[in-house]
Amino acid sequence: MIRIANGQGFWGDSLEAPVEQVRRGPLDYLTLDYLAEITMSILQKQRSRDPKAGYARDFVDMIARVLPDLVERRIRVVANAGGVNPAACREAVLDVAKRQGIEIKVATVGGDDILDRLDDFLSRGVELKNMETGEPLSAIRDHVESANVYFGAFPIAQALERGAQIVITGRCTDTALALAPMIHEFGWSADAWDKLAAGTVAGHTVECGAQCTGGNCQVDWETIPDLAGIGYPIIEAEHDGTFSITKHAGTGGRVTVASVKEQLLYEMGDPREYITPDCIADFTTIQLEQAGPDRVRFTGIRGRPATEFYKVSISYTAGFKAVGSLVYAWPDAYKKARAADQILRQRLDGLGLRFDAIRTEFVGANACHGIAAAEPSPALEPQMSEVVLRFGVRSENRAAVERFTREISPLVLNGPPVVAGLGAGRPRVEEIVAYWPALIPKGEVTPEVNVWPSEN
Amino acid sequence: MAKRKLIELAHGRSGDKGDTANIGIIARKPEDYPILVREVTAERVKEHFRGVCQGEVERFELPNLGALNFLLHQSLDGGGTLSLKADPQGKTHSTALLRLEIDDSL
Repeated sequence: MIRIANGQGFWGDSLEAPVEQVRRGPLDYLTLDYLAEITMSILQKQRSRDPKAGYARDFVDMIARVLPDLVERRIRVVANAGGVNPAACREAVLDVAKRQGIEIKVATVGGDDILDRLDDFLSRGVELKNMETGEPLSAIRDHVESANVYFGAFPIAQALERGAQIVITGRCTDTALALAPMIHEFGWSADAWDKLAAGTVAGHTVECGAQCTGGNCQVDWETIPDLAGIGYPIIEAEHDGTFSITKHAGTGGRVTVASVKEQLLYEMGDPREYITPDCIADFTTIQLEQAGPDRVRFTGIRGRPATEFYKVSISYTAGFKAVGSLVYAWPDAYKKARAADQILRQRLDGLGLRFDAIRTEFVGANACHGIAAAEPSPALEPQMSEVVLRFGVRSENRAAVERFTREISPLVLNGPPVVAGLGAGRPRVEEIVAYWPALIPKGEVTPEVNVWPSEN
Repeated sequence: MAKRKLIELAHGRSGDKGDTANIGIIARKPEDYPILVREVTAERVKEHFRGVCQGEVERFELPNLGALNFLLHQSLDGGGTLSLKADPQGKTHSTALLRLEIDDSL
């Protein structure tokens, strides 16, 4: 049995979670997920300004805090912290180790960055069509900011095989981080579809950190103990593909069949076909059992052969947006917010501004649930203490969005009464970086695994 | 025949894939799963999210988990960073669906 922990569900997750995972109990592997789709374009911009940037700095700071513990406890780390510059991340980690007088082996998994090869692909008929809309990439080619292939678990397993204590990847699937140690430790072959599917399900369960250990859990949420000290998940994996999800003793949160089921369904498409580069996992075969306190056992998972494609994540600039808000107070808070919305629309119209989208939401009335939330009843409306008018616009034309941002604040003095601003000043104009999912034949790209200090 | 809110029988979680929202709902008691299958159809979900979901609604069954998964296409104002919504990732869609009134007789 091996213990594989998740210590980070996204870049911005708890800084303490990975440290707690390392120090609070036995562990074999620590995995950390830093890369959302949007993150890659941010990192690409950072690298274009500084060739030594473009990876998750937080990861290096975390390693600096726990490196002696990792070495002493023989815990190996797998993280997609490399972003668009795994080599620079590796150098930063090796620097930390050197300063602490510790010798470690660090591997990178790269080759996922295909930004410089896009025109070559297009000229050879690799279309990189949008998986959702079917549009050809040529429609947005000039606006592309980053392009990365999602690699699977096998290149990471190879890095572990070659003795790496820390494996830093660029873009790879979130599930690969947890599956790779199982492939390495148990010697699973590339066609052991049921086992690969089981490891993939395990990876999916823990990839959002504490979202499977009682965080964001709807069942009896008020009784879940010590959310302030919530424990992050640990996979206890067996060589036969069965596993349990648990957490360190003495931590907060709760691991139940209910908490785990919620996470299994998160960001789920067709549950019979959860597609990764490693296999197709069938989520309708998962059998769950509460095997003890804070312990759920998984059995019965079946998989099918992987497809011939990798998924590609391309980011591109897609115009500008700004969102502003104002707080209207009792009496008639909702009525005033609606009136202000109409006034604002009239003014934008009067200025001749055109937008691709204008959106109004009334926070406190219907912003989250829309029509599914019944409008506040005439009886309830007079009791509403405040309503937030949230108003956003989107356009290809930056100047139009910029002009919109000047029209919110005046409403405080020249619109309906008793209103407060949220925050200070005008809304910020944001350049939109949108996401373009595509497929590429596996033969077109090759993962690159390197280990430092180099072998021999 | 009794009308109840779905939240009394089920819990769930929702998320996004681009402009598509996914909503998973799970029977609180396994024996209530057939009620979910009968009552929470793709058509009813589409009607429940009128004005929000501009595309089709797909439903998938997971009897092993006592759960249903719904895909609501074109529901997030373009999704991700394009969206002007307070909830561009559809994270609150799950309880929006759990407001649905259903007949709970077995």
